Amino acid sequence: MTFLLIFLSFLPPTDVIARDKPNDAGSTISLSWNLSADDALIDGYVIMKREASDQAGEYSKIGSTIRGVMAFEDENAQDGIPYEYVVAVIKNGELFESAPSEPTVSSPQVFHTGRTNVLIAIAVFTLMLAYFVAKARSGKGLFIRKIAGLAAVEEAVGRATEMGKPILYVPGLGDIDWTATIASMNILGEVAKKIALYDTALIVPNRWSVTYTVSKEVVKEAFISEGRPEKFKEDYVRYLTEAQFGFAAAINGIIMREKPATNFFVGRFWAESLIMAETGSQAGSFQIAGTDSVLQLPFFVTACDYTLMGEELYAASAYLSREPLLLGSLKAQDYGKLIVLLMLIFLTAFSFLNINLLGILRVQ
Amino acid sequence: MSSDPWIWVGALLTLMIFSFLYKDNPFYKFGEHLFVGVANGYYIVFYWHNSLRPNLFEPLGAGEFIYLVPLLLGLMYFTRFIPKVSWLVRIPIGFMIGWGAGLSIPALFQAEVLRQLEGTVVAPSSFTNPMSGIWSLIILVGVICTLIYFFFSKEHKGILGHTSRIGIIFIMIGFGASFGYTVMARVSLLIGRIQFLLGPWLGLID
Repeated sequence: MTFLLIFLSFLPPTDVIARDKPNDAGSTISLSWNLSADDALIDGYVIMKREASDQAGEYSKIGSTIRGVMAFEDENAQDGIPYEYVVAVIKNGELFESAPSEPTVSSPQVFHTGRTNVLIAIAVFTLMLAYFVAKARSGKGLFIRKIAGLAAVEEAVGRATEMGKPILYVPGLGDIDWTATIASMNILGEVAKKIALYDTALIVPNRWSVTYTVSKEVVKEAFISEGRPEKFKEDYVRYLTEAQFGFAAAINGIIMREKPATNFFVGRFWAESLIMAETGSQAGSFQIAGTDSVLQLPFFVTACDYTLMGEELYAASAYLSREPLLLGSLKAQDYGKLIVLLMLIFLTAFSFLNINLLGILRVQ
Repeated sequence: MSSDPWIWVGALLTLMIFSFLYKDNPFYKFGEHLFVGVANGYYIVFYWHNSLRPNLFEPLGAGEFIYLVPLLLGLMYFTRFIPKVSWLVRIPIGFMIGWGAGLSIPALFQAEVLRQLEGTVVAPSSFTNPMSGIWSLIILVGVICTLIYFFFSKEHKGILGHTSRIGIIFIMIGFGASFGYTVMARVSLLIGRIQFLLGPWLGLID
């Protein structure tokens, strides 16, 4: 009988260590252990826990692993409560428990140390931004090279005025939290200012309720700033639908029925880009597009007269308005790109000198 | 031919939308207006069941009064209709834009700057396979020249002009590849629609 008991017992894992998972939002405790000496013979491991204050309480099962595994994460810990863990070997349904871990408490961390490089990058960029904005505000002229698509905006508005036809401005299909949509709103403001001066009709269809509200405010503000609030009409800015292709179908309808002289497609676009741009092209409209959607840019390049590509979209509002804040932001972006370029060259050169600095770019 | 009335509705609406390929016509106009109207109705119900009720009204009903803050912010959008207090609409707009920018800037730095940088740097290990090493070098040159194209603070003349021209060549090659890839995907969408017409509707194919 004794022989049988010895034969059926298996050695449990050793050194069960529990620690609060670093750089998380709490509620997680990481466990590690040394494999059982009988690892090759067992079915797996069962992980159990109990509150450390409840010494008389039973351990309850929280998970299991196959054999050969030395770690587990308890993602259902309650922050501030100390827990003890045991890891048991399981064989034919029978458990052989390890010694309990030290009591461990989970807690959230305010700062993610694995993302310090992101913080430094943002801090450097913010400092550059502050410096260039201050420089622009001090009246020092900041040079921006000519961007073809933007130089054509004046021409586009003038053309619509001469033809007595409206201008269609589609601020993309992204909601307001898309960077391209925010950039588009800045450009819309500048285009609307020119429209207010030229006395041309404007159509701004929107896919989202929030962009609709923002577009309306931006256009209204532009007319007020040009001293022509009476020229603003409520139906300049319209809400269509959230349905992607329903929106595209409606834009096609607007292009064919209201015959805009100029179409602006500026913002975030998806599969509907070519449908709209192609219809505009067939209707003979002058078209300016701008997006940071890499997959849609080729379609706009093909079907539009001018296309603002990626960064040019972000540069556009500064280029058009020459406002110090936007100019400073554009300069900061330029110097940010310069830093990236220099880092690429130096990190490559260092790697060939056997100095590996790639770790500074890694983000957890 | 199908006897299911919903298949007929789907097929006729598909043909109405396709009729735009000929020219704008009353059938397309009907299909377009129906699409927009039905989609709006659908989304109102969708947001009520998936957002407003479970994420706002149910927690409020359960006494979680912190949800009054988003309710208040949401209601501020409607102040547009009351001229005297219409300026209040700027508060939720500012909140949304601030939230969007705050959330996306660190994510962009992480995913589109640091990780891309790490992936572009060429190391001796890139030459374990000589061909992949050469491609890594081409990518590095392409990224540098493309970055220079997007540099707005200097006129593109001299060396800057030459490198930015190489940059635009890289960009156009990328666009060409992307164009072909995306057109293929669009053609597969068209095939899906044609299959619907020939299969479930007309019964000409399985």
